[in-house]
Amino acid sequence: MTLRLLRSLSLVPASAWSLLAAVTLLLAIYLSAGSVFPWFMSWRTAATILDSAATLGLCAIGMTFVILAGGIDLSVGAVLALASLVTAIALQRWGLPAWLAIPLVCAIGATYGAAVGGLVHSARLPSFLVTLAGMFLARGVALLMTSEGRISMNRVPVHLWGSGVRVVGLTLPALVFLATLGMGALVLRWTVFGRGVRAIGGGEHAARLLGIRVARTRVGAFAVCGLCAALAGVVHSVGVGAGDAKAGELMELDAIAGVVIGGTPLSGGVGSIVGTGVGVSILKVIELVIVSDGSLSAQWAKIVGGGLLLLFVLLQRSVGRITKVWAGGRTDLDPHRREAQPVSRAS
Amino acid sequence: MTQAPTLRASGIVKVYPGVKALDEADLVLHGGEVHALMGENGAGKSTLVGIIAGAQRPDAGEIHLDGLPVSPSSPGHARGLGIRAVHQELTLLPHLSVAENLAIGGYPSRAGVIGWRAVRRRAREALAELGLSIDPRRPVGELPIAIRQLVAIAREMQGEARVLILDEPTSSLDRTETERLFEVVRAARDRGVAIVFITHFLDQVYEIADRVTVLRGGRVVGAGRTADLPRLRLISLMLGRDVAERESRLAGRNGESEPAEEASAPVVCARGLRRGRALRGASLEVRRGEVVGLAGLLGSGRTELARAMFGADRPDAGQLAVDGRRRRLTPRRSSRLGIGLCPEDRKSQGLCLGLSVAEGLTLAMRAKRGWWRPLRRGERQEIVGRLTRDLAIRAVDSRAAVGTLSGGNQQKVLLGAWIATNPRVLLLDEPTRGVDIGAKDEILRRVRSMCDHGLGVVFISAELEEIVRACDRVVVMRDRETVGELRSGEIDEHRIMRMIGAERRA
Repeated sequence: MTLRLLRSLSLVPASAWSLLAAVTLLLAIYLSAGSVFPWFMSWRTAATILDSAATLGLCAIGMTFVILAGGIDLSVGAVLALASLVTAIALQRWGLPAWLAIPLVCAIGATYGAAVGGLVHSARLPSFLVTLAGMFLARGVALLMTSEGRISMNRVPVHLWGSGVRVVGLTLPALVFLATLGMGALVLRWTVFGRGVRAIGGGEHAARLLGIRVARTRVGAFAVCGLCAALAGVVHSVGVGAGDAKAGELMELDAIAGVVIGGTPLSGGVGSIVGTGVGVSILKVIELVIVSDGSLSAQWAKIVGGGLLLLFVLLQRSVGRITKVWAGGRTDLDPHRREAQPVSRAS
Repeated sequence: MTQAPTLRASGIVKVYPGVKALDEADLVLHGGEVHALMGENGAGKSTLVGIIAGAQRPDAGEIHLDGLPVSPSSPGHARGLGIRAVHQELTLLPHLSVAENLAIGGYPSRAGVIGWRAVRRRAREALAELGLSIDPRRPVGELPIAIRQLVAIAREMQGEARVLILDEPTSSLDRTETERLFEVVRAARDRGVAIVFITHFLDQVYEIADRVTVLRGGRVVGAGRTADLPRLRLISLMLGRDVAERESRLAGRNGESEPAEEASAPVVCARGLRRGRALRGASLEVRRGEVVGLAGLLGSGRTELARAMFGADRPDAGQLAVDGRRRRLTPRRSSRLGIGLCPEDRKSQGLCLGLSVAEGLTLAMRAKRGWWRPLRRGERQEIVGRLTRDLAIRAVDSRAAVGTLSGGNQQKVLLGAWIATNPRVLLLDEPTRGVDIGAKDEILRRVRSMCDHGLGVVFISAELEEIVRACDRVVVMRDRETVGELRSGEIDEHRIMRMIGAERRA
C-alpha cells in the first residue's frame, strides 16, 4: 500500500517537487512573518513585495529562459542599467513619447541578447564568458553615457506611473512583472519555441537530431533574456524617476539565485517560470522580514539567501535521486555504458 | 520474395583524415525484413548507417530509396524521406514526457501554439500500434533503459517510416528485455519497414535477422541470407585476417614457454567477477613475463573485465587479488601496486590530448610518485628521451601536443606513460586499433620485449591474428563471461573462433 503510494508519487516529476518545496517555503516564511508582524497578512504588503520584486523578477524570468536552454547570462544587471539610461535619455532629452521609447529600449535589449546568443552559438563560446564580456561592455557604456552617473527625468511625470497607478492595489511594476511571468510561462508551455528551449537545454545533440532548430532557439532564449533585462531597466528608471548607470549591480547573481531556488537547476532543461516567480518572492520576503525586524542588519538577507540557495540545491539533488529509485528506473546502474551522450557544449 | 529493394546504397566511400572509413560499401535493404549489419569496432557500421540516415555525407556512392536516387543531407531530411534511426546514445530528452518525446520536432501546432491534446492522442496511438502500454505522461528519464529503447523506436515508426535503423539497441538489455524489444521490432517489420539491426550478439542475429551484411575495415566482406551463413563463417568474416597483414610471426616468441614462469604465482588474479549487466562471471590471472590474450567479440565484456581488474569499476561480486592478497582496487591504488591500464578509447580516457608529449609520458608516473616528490628536469628529460627512443615515437619534438600526433604515436605515448611507471602488469585494451601496420608491429614487439623482462600483460584485441601472434595464453569471453582458455600449444584462430561462436547454453 505504502509502496503503491510512493510509486504514484513518483509520477510527479522531480522538477515539480522542487517547485512544491519552493511554494511551501514561501508560504511558511510568509505565514510565520505574519504571526510576528500582523501587518504582513495584508494585500497591501503582498503588493509591496511584488512591487519590490519587479525588477529582479523580470531579470530572473529572462534568466530562466537562458538557463533552461543550458546557458547563463551574467549581463542582465548591466543591461538593466544601460536600458534605464536609454529610457531616461529617450524620454528626457529626445522627448520621445513613452509608447515609442519603451518599445525602442526593449528592442535594443532583445537585439543585444540575440547578438550574445548568436555569438554563443556560432563561435561555440561558453555563454559565461560572452555574457561576462557583455556585462563589462554594457556597464562601461552606461557609465560613459553620463558624467554624474544619473539622468533624472523631470520633464515627464514618470513618478506618476511608478507609484500613482494602481490596479487592484498593484503598482505598475508589479503588474508588468506578473504579466511577463504569465507570458513567459505560456510561451514555455505552449509554443514550439518554448519546448525547444527546454529540449536544447536537456540535450542539445538529441534536440538537433530530432529536428529542433537549435540556433534559432538559442538565439531566441538569449533575446528573451535581453528583452526582459531591458524591460527591468525601464521599470527601474520609471520607479526612481531617473536613469542610473549603477543600477542592478550584482543583480544577475540574485536572479540566478531566484531561478535556482524556484526549481530550475543550472544544468538546464528542467524548471519553470512560475517557480522563478516564487524563488524571487522568497528572496524579497526574507529581505522585508529582516528589514522590518530592525534588530538585524540588512546584510543578513544575503546570508539567509545564501544558506537557502545551498539548501535548495542539496534538496533538489536528493529529491531527484529518491524519485528515480521509487520509479524503479535504475538509470544510473552503469555509468560506463556507452550510451553517454557527447558532452554538450558548456554554454 | 524477389520484390524491389526498399533501399539500395551502392559504392559508398567515406574518407576521414588518415582513414578510409568506408571503401565502396554496398547495402541492400528489403521491406519487411530485418537486416543485421555486423562488424568489429571501426569496421564502418556507424559511418554507413550515419550516411544513410543523413548524419554524414558520403565522398562517393549513391543511395536509392524505392528506386529513386536520394541524398539525405541532414537527419531531418532523412526523417522526411522515411529513413529513421535509433541511435546508440539514445536521443530522447529525459526530462520531457513520453508523449512529448514522441511529438518533438513535429508538434501538432497552430500558429506556433502547441495542441497538447493532439500530442497525447498521437502518442497513445503510436504506442498502441507497437503494442506498448507505457503511460505517455511519464518523464522518459524515469523509465528503465529498455523501455526507453521502445519509446525511441515508437517515435521513429511514426508517419511514413520506410527504413528503421537500430544501432546496438540490445547492448545494455537483458534477456527478457531483448525479447520484448524483438516483439516490437517484429511488429515494425510486419508493417513492411526495412529494418537495419546493428549488434554484436550472434545469437540475436540468428534469432531475428533475415539477412546479414558484414563489414570489415570499411569494406563489405560478406552479405547474404542468415540461413545460408553458418556461425563460424560469420565470425571468420568479422574477425578474419587481412591478407595484407599476413606476415611472419614475431621474433621472440617461439611457442614454447618456460615452465618456471608457468608455475610462478599470479600477480593479479580475478575470480568470478560480476558487475551488473557488464560482467557475468569473469576470471583471469596474469603471471610475470606472460602475455595473456583476451579474445571475444565486441560487447563480450573484454573492456569491462580490464576496467574491473584495474579498479576503474568496482565489481559487485567476485574476488580480486594482487600478489595473493585480496584487494579493493581503485585506479590510484592499482597504479601504486604496479598495475597499468591503457584504455581502448585513448582519446577520451587514456590521454590528455592538450598536454605535450613529455607531459603525457610522465603524467601517470608523477601521479604515482605523488606531488611531494617532484620530477627533476634532467630526470624527466632522461625518461622522455629514453621512451621516445625505445618506442620510436615520432613527434616534432617533445613539446608538441599529444593531440597533434598520429593515432599510432598517440598510442605509443599512452603505452610509454605506463611503462614509465615501471609496472608489473599492464592491461592493454585494443592497443593496436586505429594504428598503422608499422606502428602495430612496433607496439607488439615492445610489449614482447618487456615481457621478457618480467612484465605481465593482458592483451585485448579484436584481431585474432594479433592475439595468435603475440600471446602465450588466450582467454576467451562470450556474453560477458570468460568461457575458456587456450594454452600455448593450442592457440590458433580456428579454435578461438569456435569458442567465441559456441551456441548459448539454454
